[in-house]
Amino acid sequence: MNSCHKTNKMKKLEVCNIKKSFDTLYTLDHVSLSLEENQFVSILGPSGSGKSTLFNIIAGVQQADAGTILIKGEDYTGKTGRISYMYQKDLLMPWRTILENVSIPLILKGTGKRAAEKEATPYFELFGLKGFEDRYPHQLSGGMRQRAALLRTYLFAQDIMLLDEPFGGLDAITKRKMQRWLLEVLDNLKASILFITHDIDEAIFLSDKIYVLSDRPAKVKEVFDVPIERPRDDKVFTCEAFIKIKEAILNLL
Amino acid sequence: MRRPRSTNKFIEIDMLPIFFVAILIILWEIVVKLHIIDAFILPAPSSVVSALINTFDLMWPHITVTVFQAIVGFIVAIILSIIIAVTMDSIAIVKRTLYPIIITSQAVPIVTIAPLFAIWFGFGYLPKIIIVVLVCFFPITISLLEGLASVDKELLNLLKSMGAGRWDIYKLVKFPATLPNFFSGLKISGTYSIMGSVIGEWVGGNMGLGRYMLRVRQSYANDRVFATIVVIVLLSIGVLKIIQFIEKKAMPWQEEKI
Ligand SMILES: Nc1ncnc2c1ncn2[C@@H]1O[C@H](COP(=O)(O)OP(=O)(O)OP(=O)(O)O)[C@@H](O)[C@H]1O
Ligand SMILES: [Mg+2]
Repeated sequence: MNSCHKTNKMKKLEVCNIKKSFDTLYTLDHVSLSLEENQFVSILGPSGSGKSTLFNIIAGVQQADAGTILIKGEDYTGKTGRISYMYQKDLLMPWRTILENVSIPLILKGTGKRAAEKEATPYFELFGLKGFEDRYPHQLSGGMRQRAALLRTYLFAQDIMLLDEPFGGLDAITKRKMQRWLLEVLDNLKASILFITHDIDEAIFLSDKIYVLSDRPAKVKEVFDVPIERPRDDKVFTCEAFIKIKEAILNLL
Repeated sequence: MRRPRSTNKFIEIDMLPIFFVAILIILWEIVVKLHIIDAFILPAPSSVVSALINTFDLMWPHITVTVFQAIVGFIVAIILSIIIAVTMDSIAIVKRTLYPIIITSQAVPIVTIAPLFAIWFGFGYLPKIIIVVLVCFFPITISLLEGLASVDKELLNLLKSMGAGRWDIYKLVKFPATLPNFFSGLKISGTYSIMGSVIGEWVGGNMGLGRYMLRVRQSYANDRVFATIVVIVLLSIGVLKIIQFIEKKAMPWQEEKI
């Protein structure tokens, strides 16, 4: 059982002893983790271990059997509408153009349609979507759709973002490009990110900290800090620290 | 969405069925003209056409009545279906209660209960409109229910995670996602609406194509009976085409697909 440290320093996001079962299926076994301001934290775990379930609980769309979610020390357990959440699928609405899709979080917060679109437009450049504002999702490539979904996530709440395998469905080349792009974008945006992935290289390349989960029921097996300086580039993949962490993770799985 | 070809259907018409029907009509004409079948039993297509032209003025007031009842009934059915489908979709217990009842209600043949409506509601527009509503209601409601229930659960969760309320979810996701189902229901009901109106008129009253048809049949004017059938078919196709046209306008995102 993981303990949830009650330190004086307030964390951006703290997930404490989350427990969850679906009927007889014990999925999350007292999972605890924390995320600090502007940190990039990855969760690495086998398929079906309960990673998406954990995100659903953090985002408040599913209820945990036990445990708490704290944001800056405040209790947000089971509450929606605070953290932005990007699902494994892009979930763009086929009946809305990219600009209309991306403005949804702003509209839900009460901004008028026009004003929301005006607010969203400047980000299209940074997210590599310029010129595609009025296209429908099916007219975009997989990578662009993921970027659109990411922009929608970002526009909902900049400070804490949950990204569930955002690059999982992409081919290796596009995936690598997107990872580089994400690092670059993050230099410009202030965001604390919790990131799910299956890909060890991706986790090390992007993160400051990595939680490795066990098979179901998921427990935190080990936590790794990634002491690699930013800004990072492709050299990271061959540096000593990278290889050391990768070995350690591989031994664990 | 699942259409094989979604090009401009309004203009582009598949010629094959038209050829087929044309050949049938020619054969029919020949068969009657050669007296293989008595014209008294089956009028030749040419005499149906001339009956149609000659008696059109006579039919016109009946056409307007039938169309009026069909449109009013159709619109009422649409509104009713939306209200019932949304209520059933948002309150599980209502769905559990009503769904089997609605399905079972379809086993009752409308023609057999239609005379009751004349007893209850007289011989005016009302009983006919009610019959149109009953005929049109089912396909729309069922397709709406299916559409509303099949919306991606994760998309709903995504919107909930962004703090969307019930109404937001209907407005932003459920209604647009259900449009294709809605329109397939409308197309079925729309074609039924004219027929429903005609069936309603068989029961009583003195106006409408159904009435007119009974009258010309009693006077053994079979060419006029067929002319009426032609009008009913054309009206039904007309309703279908109008719905298809609106469907394309309402779902521009489907246009560029494939
Ligand atoms: N709503 C639900 N009802 C019942 N069981 C569920 C539900 N959601 C998830 N599960 C089960 O919980 C387990 C964990 O699912 P989850 O989606 O969290 O896995 P995951 O770690 O995200 O897997 P992947 O890496 O393949 O996305 C799975 O065995 C799944 O079948
Ligand atoms: Mg998952």
